[in-house]
Order: sequence, then C-alpha cells, then structure tokens
Amino acid sequence: MQPDEPIIRVEGLVNRFGEQVVHDGVDLEVRRGEILGIVGGSGSGKSVLMRSILGLRRPDAGRIEVLGVDALSEDEADREHIECNTGVLFQDGALFSSLTVGENVQVPLKEHYSEVPDSLRYELALLKVKLAGLPADAIAKLPSQLSGGMRKRAGLARALALDPPLLFLDEPTAGLDPIGAAAFDQLILTLQQALGLTVFLITHDLDTLYAICDRVAVLADKRVVINAPIEEVERCDHPWVREYFHGPRARAARDAGAGTMA
Amino acid sequence: MRDESRPPSLATDDTARLRLQGSWTLAHAGEMGEILRDAPEGVSEVDVRDVDRLDSAGVLQLLRFARRRCIDFDVFEFRQDHVALVSAIEDVADDRPKKKREYGVSAALARLGFAVHDNGKEILALIGFLGENMLKFARMVTQPRRFRLTATVYHMEQVGLDAVPLVFLLSYLVGAVIAFLGANILRDFGATIYVVELVNVAFLREFGVLLTAIILAGRTASAFTAQIGAMQSREEIDAIRTLGMDPIDLLVLPRVIALVVMLPLLTFIAMIAGLLGGLTVGAFNLEIPPEAYIGRMEATIEVRHFLVGLSKAPLFAMVIALIGCLEGLQVEGTAQSVGERTTSSVVQSISLVIIIDAIMALWFMQMDI
Repeated sequence: MQPDEPIIRVEGLVNRFGEQVVHDGVDLEVRRGEILGIVGGSGSGKSVLMRSILGLRRPDAGRIEVLGVDALSEDEADREHIECNTGVLFQDGALFSSLTVGENVQVPLKEHYSEVPDSLRYELALLKVKLAGLPADAIAKLPSQLSGGMRKRAGLARALALDPPLLFLDEPTAGLDPIGAAAFDQLILTLQQALGLTVFLITHDLDTLYAICDRVAVLADKRVVINAPIEEVERCDHPWVREYFHGPRARAARDAGAGTMA
Repeated sequence: MRDESRPPSLATDDTARLRLQGSWTLAHAGEMGEILRDAPEGVSEVDVRDVDRLDSAGVLQLLRFARRRCIDFDVFEFRQDHVALVSAIEDVADDRPKKKREYGVSAALARLGFAVHDNGKEILALIGFLGENMLKFARMVTQPRRFRLTATVYHMEQVGLDAVPLVFLLSYLVGAVIAFLGANILRDFGATIYVVELVNVAFLREFGVLLTAIILAGRTASAFTAQIGAMQSREEIDAIRTLGMDPIDLLVLPRVIALVVMLPLLTFIAMIAGLLGGLTVGAFNLEIPPEAYIGRMEATIEVRHFLVGLSKAPLFAMVIALIGCLEGLQVEGTAQSVGERTTSSVVQSISLVIIIDAIMALWFMQMDI
C-alpha cells in the first residue's frame, strides 16, 4: 500500500432500508493521518456509513476499501486485517457491562494476541486507560460505576487497545458538558498526533469540527456533497450546508475555534 | 493476519550501546520480552532510531526494561516521529492503581454481614411494598378512574391464558407420576384402588396450586421484573412520575390484579389436569377402568381439600406479582442489573411460595381442616 493512497475509499455506496434509500452513490476518501469530520442531519446516514465501512452492515451496492483491502470481501484474513487495524468508539462506549474497565480493554488483546503474557497485557491495558485520560484506579471499576464522560474515555481506551492506525468515533462529545467535550476534543487531537492515527469522526458538534478536524465531509441528499477543509465547506452553497455553517450556533463555534487556533 | 514486518532484533556495537532493529510492535510482544531479558548487562545507551515500527506495546516493553535494569530512560534515543508517542506514554506511566479487594477472614465476615443486612432490607422493602400496594388499591377502589382496564386485561391474557397449555401439560404429567409411584407402593398391600384418593388429595390440596405457583413464579415473576426493569433502566419510570402518573397504579396494580384473578383459575385447570393424569395411568397401567376410577372419585372426594388448595392461590399470586414488580423497580441502570434482578425475583418468589405452602400445610393440619 502506497503511503499517499487513501486509507478508506468508498465508491458509489448505496444503502436501502426497504423502500427508504439512505445512501445513493456516496463517494468518500479518507487520507492517511487526517481527522475527517462527518456531519449531516439526523437520519442522513452517518452511522450507517460507518457501519458499512466497518462491515457491520452489507451495503446494497458500491465498493469500500479500507487499509488497501476490500472491506466487503468474505475472506477471513482480509476481515481480520481490518478488525485488528481499526478501533471503534460507539456512542455510549458500548463497554461490556459485566467486565471491569481493565478487562474490557484486555478483551481484544486476548482475542488477537493470546501469546502476550498476562502481566504485559495488564500493563498495556493500564497504559491505554491512562492514555485515555482516566485515573489508574478506574481500571478496576465496572462501567456502571463511571460517569458518561468516563465511559467514553474507557471506550476509547478499548478502541486503542491494539494500537490501530485507524480510529472510528461515533459522536464522541454527544452528551458531555462543554468543558468535558473540549477536553475530549483535545484528547483526540493529542492521541492522534502521538499515535499517528487517522480518525473518522461522526459528530454534530460544531466546536469539534472547528477545533480538531482537518477536513469535513457533509452527508446530505443521500450523498457526500462536499469533502474539504472547513473554510471551503463554509463557502459551499448547498442549502443544508449553508444553514448548518451560518446558523447562530456555528458563528459562536467559529469564533471560539479561531480563538483556540490563534 | 498479514504481517510481513521484520521481527525485532538487537545489535550491540560495543559493550554499552544497544541498537534496536525490526518491528517493535504488539505482534512481536513475546519476542521483545525475550530479547530484552537476554540483553547484556551494563547498558548505558540505547539507540531506537533504526526500528521499522514502534507502537505503545514496544515503548511499554522498553520502559519496563529500563525500570528493571535501573537505566535512566533519557539514554534511549528515539526517532523524531516516535518522540510524541514515547512522551505521551512516559507521561502517564508512573501512576498505578491501589490494590482493592481483600481476601482475609475478616473480609469474608464483613461480606457475610453485608449480605445479612441486605437480606433484612429486602424483606423490609417487600413488606413496605405490600403496604404501599394495599394503600393504592384502596385509593383505586374509591377513585375507579385510576383502574387501568386495558392493561389489566392484557396482563390477564399474558399470565393466564397463555400459560394454560404449559400448566395443563406439566400438571398432567405430575399427576401421572404420582399415580405411578403410589401404585407401586400400594400394590404390595393389595390397595391399588387407593391411588384414586392419593391423586385426589395430593392435587386438590397441594400440588395443583403449588405447581401452578412455581410455574408462574418462573414464567411471570421473571417477565414482570424484566419488563419493569427495562423501563427503569431507560428512565421510563421516572418519566411516568414526572408526567404526574403513579407507576404503582400504572404498572404494578394491573399486574397484581391480573395474577390474583388468573392464578386461582389456572390452579383449577392444574387440578383437573392432575386428576386426568391419574385417571390415564389408572386406565392403562393399573387396570382400573375409567368408570370405576370416576365412581371411586365420586364416593371419596371431599370439597374441603379443594377449598384448602384454592385458598392458597390468591396469596401465592400476591407474593409472585409483588416480588416480580418490586425487583423490577429496584433495577439500577445497566443491562446486567436487569439480569441479576430477574434471577433474584425467580429465586425469591419460588422460595417464598414453598415456605408459605409448608407453613399453611402445618396450620391446616393442626386445625383439622
């Protein structure tokens, strides 16, 4: 795989639920090492797009390539290649509720690298928990004993367990208070730089878009209407995009974003 | 997995300088550990610039190696693109969790104490819940608009009508088994015909109601707990409260009323099925023709046994419905909690049904009823 080749390439993706068409010819490229924000109205199929790329849902038509491998292939080795090299943070963390945080992080390690000795596996889990910004004591806690923000951090720790180069985040800041959301944005940025991640980030949060995203892709009218740096997206004259980026909330976020950049 | 990367390796230029090569990644975790264990003593410099790949597992192994050999981590030289990763990991590496759980005798005693205390609280909660329900029921009688007819009928169908085949089948089989067992012993005395009385008394007095209650404890108490628990965990119960409605009126009373009405009816079906089981075994295995069996039944049956059995049904219904609903309301947050509470409601309701049945059997016997 060439270094400048896109890490995810989606071509002509079609997704239908019965009569309802969610995607009709979605084309998308995610470049290596960038944070790509995916925005779109409720029901525009952001999560469906992510689920298609991850192989959780088989699209009705189209091609998807992840890390140079055909994501729709039935081949075990291809699937495992993708599974081992992607981390996913679901909306509410999707932690296994009967396992502690540490055990949650160790699940993928045990599954894919069973030869790693127990003590090292524990150390690795502890490292990931702390990298995700949780205190070390959190490793022995159950998900039910954590707050919403901490659960997301624990979910992030599990997503990072295998050091995947590609990270999927589904609305990471939804339901967090503004301070917690800003801290989570910074955490993603820090980790992205430290671990050299490529991030596919679904969000509704304008602050996140301005603060950390390199490019923004907008899903509207069943396709990606624009995929570009945010300054360019702002100038796009698609009606939904205009309303989204020039509403009252967008202005505040833009000013705040400009503030942190400066 | 597709991994064409070179395995990790180690080169020593002179005695004190290590040069790392290859991939120092999670996929080679075991090899990394071995290489570092076999590394020569007295290392003063470590050059990590020539590695192909380095991930957090690799950095962690190097950190552990440094800690074990008491080498200052500053002597490790990293490539520019690895510096961010290394410093991020170094920043968080020192903080360690405290050991939590203890395993001594005193800890075991403490857990026992907590368990007893919890059980005491459960009993209190159940009694309190009974009182609350009686109060709300009285209020419902004075204000009939609070009665939820649709919900009650729906639950009657769920707990009553839908359980008929199961209750019938199981009671029929147990009736047949009792007839078999009884006949085997009574045959020695030439008193096979007494099987009729055995099955009659057993089913009218005890087994009809007990079997039904146990089946419903497994089937209905668990369903009540799961239904209400799922609502509780998604804050629906809180929503009901904030909308000015009473979850007892809305969720608990319809279920309690439905079960109190349906359990006696199911008990009646169970009694009939059990008697039929006895009749079948009598006809096919004990050479008691059905006419003779029914004639003997008519001659010896007593209505007091039937009343004793049926009198217990509403009580068992209350116990099952109240425990099922109470456990559902006590669910906290997670899916796991719903599962735990469901198990607990089945265990509690079956145990309590059997305990109450035993006490009542003694009482009825002493009272000569």
